[in-house]
Amino acid sequence: MKKFMFVNRKAPYGTIHALESLEVVLIAATFDQDCSLVFIDDGVYELVKGQNTKAIGMKNFSPTYRALEGYDIEKLYVDEESMQARGLDEDDLLVPVQVLSAAAMAALMADQDVILSF
Amino acid sequence: MKLALMVSAGPYTYQAADTAYQFAAAAIARGHEVMRVFFYHDGVYNSTRLTEPPQDDRHIVNRWSALAAENKVDLVVCVAAALRRGIKDEVLAPGFRISGLGQLVDGGIKADRLVTFGA
Repeated sequence: MKKFMFVNRKAPYGTIHALESLEVVLIAATFDQDCSLVFIDDGVYELVKGQNTKAIGMKNFSPTYRALEGYDIEKLYVDEESMQARGLDEDDLLVPVQVLSAAAMAALMADQDVILSF
Repeated sequence: MKLALMVSAGPYTYQAADTAYQFAAAAIARGHEVMRVFFYHDGVYNSTRLTEPPQDDRHIVNRWSALAAENKVDLVVCVAAALRRGIKDEVLAPGFRISGLGQLVDGGIKADRLVTFGA
């Protein structure tokens, strides 16, 4: 088993990065690997509650983050500084996460086998 | 060393596809194995044989095909990313095949390093 980390750095809409990251995560889950998801920079917006995409004609895929638990993906990490800079706290997020300092995040990254950044 | 690559940027717009190719060619020249190049996001546009750059420019698609033919590199285009961008079997250049994201994860598992190109 390898340690896979998926780093999410972009807002959920505006680019396809968040969606195509999630698609890889769901596949990786079926390979029984040790998967972690990290949300940094605008990536923290991917987890914000109450997303409504009707006005921009895009599919709201945020409920999928809540389904990750069913795929045994429970390691979700959010960068503390990115969250604070955007006026968010854990109560604003769809799913339980661990909030990490940049230093703790760096240590976690150093411990991975494969890191994919989107 | 056994390497797998991921290319997630389209050709010509960004240098990432060129850098990925040059990295792969250099690694092979140094005796490493490039087991697979996985094309994701706009990287899927690296695979279409309809590509026709001006004659005095490099042909990114044909360059990949030649690399695959000479070194048995597995060029895999992500099916989900490809279909939503109009890339299908009938437009694939030689050496490319369409398959699932499992091939990316498989590359990450089997290779000593998975190296990514493009944001």
